[in-house]
Amino acid sequence: MSFEIIKQSLPMFQQGFILTLYLSLIGIVGSAIVGIICSLVQYFKIPVLDKVLQVYIEISRNTPLLIQLFFLYYAFPAMGIKMSAQLCGIIGLIFLGGSYMAAGFSGGFNGVSKKQVESGKAIGLNRWQLARYVVFPQGFALSIPALAANIIFLIKETSIFTVIAIPELTNTALDLIGLYYNSNEYLFVLVVAYAIILIPLSIILTLLERRVRYGTFGN
Amino acid sequence: MANEVLKVEHLEKYYQKKHVLHDINFSISKGEVITLLGPSGSGKSTLIRCLNGLEDFRNGEITFENKKVIPNEKNWQQLRQKIGMVFQSYDLFPNLTVLDNILLGPTKVQKRNVDEVKQEVDELLEKVDLLDYKNVYPRQLSGGQKQRIAIVRALALHPEFMLFDEVTASLDPEMVRGVLNIIQDLADEDDMTMIIVTHEMNFAQQIADRVLFLKDGSILEDTPGKEFFKNPATDQAKEFLQSMNF
Repeated sequence: MSFEIIKQSLPMFQQGFILTLYLSLIGIVGSAIVGIICSLVQYFKIPVLDKVLQVYIEISRNTPLLIQLFFLYYAFPAMGIKMSAQLCGIIGLIFLGGSYMAAGFSGGFNGVSKKQVESGKAIGLNRWQLARYVVFPQGFALSIPALAANIIFLIKETSIFTVIAIPELTNTALDLIGLYYNSNEYLFVLVVAYAIILIPLSIILTLLERRVRYGTFGN
Repeated sequence: MANEVLKVEHLEKYYQKKHVLHDINFSISKGEVITLLGPSGSGKSTLIRCLNGLEDFRNGEITFENKKVIPNEKNWQQLRQKIGMVFQSYDLFPNLTVLDNILLGPTKVQKRNVDEVKQEVDELLEKVDLLDYKNVYPRQLSGGQKQRIAIVRALALHPEFMLFDEVTASLDPEMVRGVLNIIQDLADEDDMTMIIVTHEMNFAQQIADRVLFLKDGSILEDTPGKEFFKNPATDQAKEFLQSMNF
C-alpha cells in the first residue's frame, strides 16, 4: 500500500466526505420530521390519513433503497418529473428513513405503560394533555435507542447513492479505482472515512441513550 | 336519598365472554366510607375502575350527584376531576418532579392559578411529611413516599369522592401505616366520601361505615362495617374473614 497514493487522493475524498455528511444530515433531519408526523397521525388515529401513511410505511420499509433510487432517478423523468441526482438521493433517503423513524417514535409511544396512561386519565387529562405531558416525554426517551440505530443506518445507506452518480464517499472511491486501479489504497481510505464519521457518532449516541435512561428522566 | 353521591344500578361487566360483574347495585352517601372486600379475582378492582370510566361496562347505570353518567370518554374526563383515584402501583409520572406531578391536574386540567395551587400543595405536602421532597423525581422516593404523593396528587384536584385501589398492597410493611393514616385523616377530618379496596382487615374494620363483600363478581353482602366483622351473614364472608385470620 502506498502512502503517496493515499495522500494524493485525500482532497477528492474530502469532498466526498463533506457531501456524505451533508446528505446524511438532511436525510436524517427530514426522516425525523416525516417520522414524527407519521407517528403522531398514528398515535391520534387520525382517520384516513393513518391508513394512507400505513401504506407509505409498508412500501418504504419493504423495498430496497437501491430500487427506490432507480425509480426516482430513471422512472420519474419518464413521467415528466426531472430532479438532480442529489435531490433524488435526499428524497430517497427521507422516503426510506421516514418510515424507520416513524416506527422508532411509535415504538416509544406504545412503550409507555398502560398504568401511566390510566394515571394520567385519573387526574382528568384529556387526550392531548395526556400525550403532551405523559406519553410523548416518556415515549421519546424510550425511542432514543431506535432513533440512534436509524441515524447510523441512514448514514451507511448514503453509500448506495453511488448508483445514481452522486459523488459522495463511496462514489469517490469507486471512481478513483476506475481511473487509477489502486483499489487497496482507495478502499482503505473509504473504510477509514466511514469509521471517522460513524464510530464517534455511535459512541455519542450510546452515551446519550445511557444518559436518558439513567438520568433524571428514567425510572 | 338526598345526599347521595353515587348510585350504581344493575351494572354488568364482561371481559369478552367472561362475565366478571353480576348485577351490581349500591349507593354511597356524602361522607360515607365503603370498603370493598373479597377474595382476589372477585372483581373489586374492576368494579371501582368502572366508577371512573377506566373500564367500560355493559348494561347498568351509574348516577353521580343525581345525574346519570353517559359513559363516554369526554364525560368521564370531566368527572375524573371530581372522582379521584389512587392505584396500587402509585404511577407517578417519572418524567416530572413531585411538584409538577401534583400541579399537572389543577393547573392544566382545571386551569387554576399556579401560585395559589402551589401554596395549597405545600400545605398538603406538609401534612404528609413530604414537603422537603417537592423538587425531587419520583425515582428518588420510596414506595410509601410515592403513594403518599399519589394521594396528594389526587387530592389537589379537590375531588368530592375518592377511590382507593389496594393502595398499600405493594408497599413494604413499615410503609403501610403512613399511607393508611392519611386515608384515615381524610375520613375523620375532611369527611371525604370514599370507596376503598383493601386487604388490610384491621384498617377496613376501623374505617368502614359499610362493607360491600364481593365474590365471583356479585355483591353478597352490603352491611354496616361493625356488623360485617362481628357477624358476617354469609358463609362465604365467614370463610373469607377466616382466611384473612380475622
